[in-house]
Amino acid sequence: MSVFRLGEKPYPTQILQRKLYELLLQGRRIDGRGLLQHRPVSVELNVVEKAEGSAMVTLGKTRVVAGVKYDLGSPYPDTPDKGNLTVNAELLPLASRTFEPGPPDENAIELSRFVDRCIRESQALRLDQLVYVPGQKVGVVYVDVYVLDFDGDYFAPAVLAATAALASARVQRYEVQNGVVTKVAGERVPLPLVKLPTAAMIGILRDKVIVDPTALEEPALDASIVIGWGTDDELAAIQKDSPGLIPESLLDEMIEVSRNVTVRLRRTLMDRLRDVWRPAEDVSVGSQSQA
Amino acid sequence: MEKALLIREDGTRVDGRKPDELRPFRMEVGVLENADGSAYIEMGKTKIYAAVYGPKEAHPRHIAQPHRAILQCRYHMATFSVSERKAPGMTRREHELSKVIREALESVLFLEEYPRSMIEVFVEVIQADAGTRTAGLTAASLALADAGIPMADLVAGVAVGKVAGRLVLDLSEEEDKNCEADLPVGMAPSINSIVLLQLNGRLTREEFSEAMRMAKKGIEVLYEAQKKALQKRFAAYGEVTD
Repeated sequence: MSVFRLGEKPYPTQILQRKLYELLLQGRRIDGRGLLQHRPVSVELNVVEKAEGSAMVTLGKTRVVAGVKYDLGSPYPDTPDKGNLTVNAELLPLASRTFEPGPPDENAIELSRFVDRCIRESQALRLDQLVYVPGQKVGVVYVDVYVLDFDGDYFAPAVLAATAALASARVQRYEVQNGVVTKVAGERVPLPLVKLPTAAMIGILRDKVIVDPTALEEPALDASIVIGWGTDDELAAIQKDSPGLIPESLLDEMIEVSRNVTVRLRRTLMDRLRDVWRPAEDVSVGSQSQA
Repeated sequence: MEKALLIREDGTRVDGRKPDELRPFRMEVGVLENADGSAYIEMGKTKIYAAVYGPKEAHPRHIAQPHRAILQCRYHMATFSVSERKAPGMTRREHELSKVIREALESVLFLEEYPRSMIEVFVEVIQADAGTRTAGLTAASLALADAGIPMADLVAGVAVGKVAGRLVLDLSEEEDKNCEADLPVGMAPSINSIVLLQLNGRLTREEFSEAMRMAKKGIEVLYEAQKKALQKRFAAYGEVTD
């Protein structure tokens, strides 16, 4: 591919690429990590008391907060037997000098839609258990994700924060009697979350595959993709999130690496959620209490 | 709600196709008068126009890059392209697809040949019947070639889905609505590279690898058709003889 100048980066980035690649050949990253090592992760639960569930996740110097709100609403016409899930993400201007205020740009939209797909497509949240009166009254789950500090890779911590917030959420319990939905005062129940989706960002520089690039590394990469797994064995979402060629020969390795990383993140999360979440199949927010 | 039988007992699909069979398709290059390059594609009932303007002066000027052209892309669906009328503006989905199509095209274009300028790609979906992002990408690549923008390779795309537990190539809308997974793939076949990759849905690793193999086979068929469509266009100018 060196015969043409395809995807040639600005000169300073080329110097960085050469430096990074030299290090990668020695099995190292510019911040001292190994190629397949993600930055230290921390998950703090219930950081916002007024939200039904919330989590603050830091991945190195990238920090994301997610909150869950719950409400009653009408189902979508094409899914009368399911609750609604609404995911929104914003790249806050305080997180980076490159983020601007205003309505969500394409990057924020992409992030929202990726987090949405990780939760929805993995079927982690049993939306069918959020129905009070079919076709009329269902639970509406809002997951809002804000990137607070950006040092590369907001996808992985955003999915982690959204999952943690959902898993630790406690929402108002409702009772249905003769088609009338009423609050059960003072009672809160967990959401029917049956899986813990996690995601990893995988970058390539020439023939080298790396995990969790920083903001310094990101522009020097040839290409990157983010890969979400619903369980240890099941992919849920993939997004090639930047321009660049991914050689077919590297794709399998990228998928395998993402699996190992997301399994590790899931273990970390399970450990963190030990007291608040169990992978139960039959949780319910009250629809089964129908008289 | 009862689901239609999507895979028949003999393994064929609801529209009679084999699992690895593309829908009937048609491509034509140079279909619009004003654009610098244009193309039209039909994949089953999906119908899409793509047009390219540029390279031209970057506007607004502050977005110009000193070392390369910037590429802009708008993927848009007509209000009547779907069963329920779609609002005319850009939805979040359209913003996302514009981004992935642009980045897929950017992967093969020699944008460094046109510093400080801009190239615009417009993808208009006239009728949507699944596979619009990948068909749009295939058409946009033809329109860029028609406009004479240098590129490392044509790109073509197709989706592989998992329907009733089976992997199938090039989902129709009926299949798309009831699928367990949808994997749109865009490739530059001559340089063995992936330019667009998304997944919505549940797949195991093994299924993913098999789906990628199916996508590649489909893309190779589309790629040959793209070259033929371009030859036909330039034969009309007397630049190529059949």
